[in-house]
Amino acid sequence: MNEGGQESRQADPTARWGDAIIAASLFTVDPAGLAGVALRALPGPVRDAFLAKLRGLLPDETPWRRMPAVIDDDRLLGGLDLVATLNAGRPVVGRGLLAEADGGIVLVTTAERLSAGTAARIGSVLDTGQARIERDGIALVLPTRIGIVAIDEGMEDDEIVPASLRDRIAFAIDLGGISIREMPDIPITREAVLEARERLSRVVIADAQIEALCVTAVKLGIVSLRVPLLALRAARAAAALSGRESVDDEDLRDAARLVLAPRALILPDQQDQEGEGEDAENPPPPPDQPPDDAPPENAEEQEIDGDLSEIILEAVKASLPQHLLEQLTGAISGGAPSRARGKATGAAKVGSLGRPVGVRRGEPGRGARLNLIATLRASAPWQPLRRNLAGESNGSEIRVHVRRDDFRVTVRKPRSLTTTIFAVDASGSSALNRLAEAKGAVELLLAECYVRRDRVALIAFRGKSAELILPPTRSLVRAKRSLAGLAGGGATPLASGIDAAALLADAVRRKGESPAIVILTDGRANIGRDGQPGREAANADAMIAARMAGASRYRALLVDISPFGQPLAQALAEAMAARYLALPQANADKLSSAVLAALPKA
Amino acid sequence: MRAVFPFSAIVGQDDMKRALIVAAVDQSVGGVLVFGDRGTGKSTAVRALAHLLPPMRVVAGCRYNCDPDASRAGCTDDCPASVAGAKIKVAKVPVPVVDLPLGATEDRVVGALDLERALTRGEKAFEAGLLARANRGFLYIDEVNLLEDHLVDLLLDVAASGENVVEREGLSVRHPAKFVLVGSGNPEEGELRPQLLDRFGLSVDVKTPADLPNRIAVVRRRDAFERDPEGFVREWAGEESKLQRKIAAARKRLPEVSVPDAGLERAARLCMALGTDGLRGEITLMRAARAVAAIEGDATVDDGHLRAIAPSVLRHRLRRNPLDDAGSDARVGRAIEEVFAA
Repeated sequence: MNEGGQESRQADPTARWGDAIIAASLFTVDPAGLAGVALRALPGPVRDAFLAKLRGLLPDETPWRRMPAVIDDDRLLGGLDLVATLNAGRPVVGRGLLAEADGGIVLVTTAERLSAGTAARIGSVLDTGQARIERDGIALVLPTRIGIVAIDEGMEDDEIVPASLRDRIAFAIDLGGISIREMPDIPITREAVLEARERLSRVVIADAQIEALCVTAVKLGIVSLRVPLLALRAARAAAALSGRESVDDEDLRDAARLVLAPRALILPDQQDQEGEGEDAENPPPPPDQPPDDAPPENAEEQEIDGDLSEIILEAVKASLPQHLLEQLTGAISGGAPSRARGKATGAAKVGSLGRPVGVRRGEPGRGARLNLIATLRASAPWQPLRRNLAGESNGSEIRVHVRRDDFRVTVRKPRSLTTTIFAVDASGSSALNRLAEAKGAVELLLAECYVRRDRVALIAFRGKSAELILPPTRSLVRAKRSLAGLAGGGATPLASGIDAAALLADAVRRKGESPAIVILTDGRANIGRDGQPGREAANADAMIAARMAGASRYRALLVDISPFGQPLAQALAEAMAARYLALPQANADKLSSAVLAALPKA
Repeated sequence: MRAVFPFSAIVGQDDMKRALIVAAVDQSVGGVLVFGDRGTGKSTAVRALAHLLPPMRVVAGCRYNCDPDASRAGCTDDCPASVAGAKIKVAKVPVPVVDLPLGATEDRVVGALDLERALTRGEKAFEAGLLARANRGFLYIDEVNLLEDHLVDLLLDVAASGENVVEREGLSVRHPAKFVLVGSGNPEEGELRPQLLDRFGLSVDVKTPADLPNRIAVVRRRDAFERDPEGFVREWAGEESKLQRKIAAARKRLPEVSVPDAGLERAARLCMALGTDGLRGEITLMRAARAVAAIEGDATVDDGHLRAIAPSVLRHRLRRNPLDDAGSDARVGRAIEEVFAA
């Protein structure tokens, strides 16, 4: 994924447009195999031109469906088609959007907003080429061989397509910074694509070439094995598109540039330190792989063609955008690669209405939604009787007789998902050992939230600003990881910290969930909102921030972690309408129980 | 029938394969949870398992796959075996491995009024759900950590009682639903609820292989399979049937495998050292170790069997500190070294 800002784009927009079109054409050769394109682009003529080109390369009859990121299972997977069912007087299956697109393309708009659940449903379809429906009394498997174009307009680096989906789709294209003048026409035609499709099944690839792709992926720090497999398919598609029936080095370079490079986590140059981040943690599996497991391959696998992978690597390196290189270098010295902080894909939103807990007799309205399936079911046993009655009176043509008694509504148990936002003062004045305690407390609270199915978010403020270290998540793995990387020291931009917490709380509330803020600080601000040092101005700013946050009436707790208790901190708490808790001697245990006691579950 | 990637062609992932085979040999060890990295063939392995299981005997025409050898005549009122004086026909069928996809609705999971019959013929009939189909087999949930909470609650009830009770739409049905729960998922998408975690007898952590030869083998075999599924399956048919026979033999041998007192003591000490709650850990460890012994063709359980399976049995049963980064595997490993050194 290209995670750069606007100013530091890969040098040549024309070349990037060219790559985008090559990726699009390879994708059209084998949509289901390459599974998709993650497209980062704002709405506009460039994006339209790209999609038009993509559409133009596909045969006219190819299904082309748009899918919103927030979609019901009924529409996504399919279910009972109620209108048709009522007309026919017997159950009629309605296909979902994915199955309707069989053999074609599904365009997912604002894909950065896909929930983990929706992404998993799409992922399963991409894996199996089938949509399995077990819904509304219907059990059905529908062929669903599709390719996805996942469009994200994410301005922010972390607003990207969910990782589970990115892992399954071949290409990542960023159209940012390309202007309409820099789009040369790339002479690839629909006829060429059709010929390539026909040729694809005959394209062969040498073992050494497969190895080279695997080696290159490892050298770039790519862990998932789906990626080299996707690169391999891309290489095949490239050969087919060039009219060949065997993969050559140029195809490999294309595949590596388009599939591997956007996912590079480490710099090829650093391959000497074989410790390669991820791999260091994963000791190689025990060598006791049964000898009968892979008789023909083992022998030749030992010696792996280094030269070819070097050639491919050069191609990748040339196409890595400059800022990515910088970022990667930084990522290595800083420990966790940027991948560690993905988008908050966790916590599938079940629906702000709460989760359905059953069905009861009753009429729709006042928030109760008619459950049509249950209604039909309730009416079903009476049909022959009612038909007879109706037949006697006027011989009506009504297929299904539904009476008011039959109405069923879904009972939902409102779920107030709590997100606890920790804003931790990581400045020098909060002394490093206090930071360790704060981390410990956050971890213990996380464990508690985990049991309660709540979410947590973590903001750290130090130096000049506040940073969202951990977007709201329920994943302990990620929480743990981002917490471990939190460093301390520097000045105290308390106002920014409070602002950031309030802003996030607001976002959480807008989603219909309830936020709770926990601020851990010693209350001694020395950096104002403008980023300028100065104790007095900073304190005044912090007070203003606290009052603004207080006006929104969030449940809040201010934990004073200074050694003797600070009147300043107390005043802040008052301004925020937050509970104040002085914990001079706090250890992690004490702190977490104090927080739990002070913030009862909503 | 679509070709399925053969179980024996999966490269490495020995812990995962062992746990699944153990569950296939002795279904009473409880379910298997496979958690770990993306693209490691978790669901491939589970779906491939179906082909390895020896067929089972059922009462022909019973939709709950009920066992003709069970003492009670017929599992439910609508089982052919429940008709007094009826001659029971026995059929051999593949052990069901039922997929519970995300987005499944409750009525399909537990069963509900048969809408088609009700609407067209006005009959009130029960349409069995996935739980009925999974009886005496396996129920597989991919991305189990994303399953809606109300379905999880429902599964927990049924898994605990071994019986599915349906009281809805004027139907009152009660049928056996004993199944091995198999779940897979990626922990980055969200954690599993503790109550559900408890239902799994074995759990394994899968990681993407880090060494190059294995990685290449994975990609190559996957590619070969995609190019020519039938040919690939044929190529591995020998290995598959070898494994199939191994499982069948192990199932036969299982009742005779004995556990010496020393083994029982080791298992108890191991559980004590790790502070696992209750007796479930010990019982599962003994059962799983017996299955391992049976698979390896041994008549008694020894330290090797216990060591091989202990991490999978115990790693998710440690006194819960879900944030302990030292990793449960490391803790179990340490305890094993201590207990077995003595």
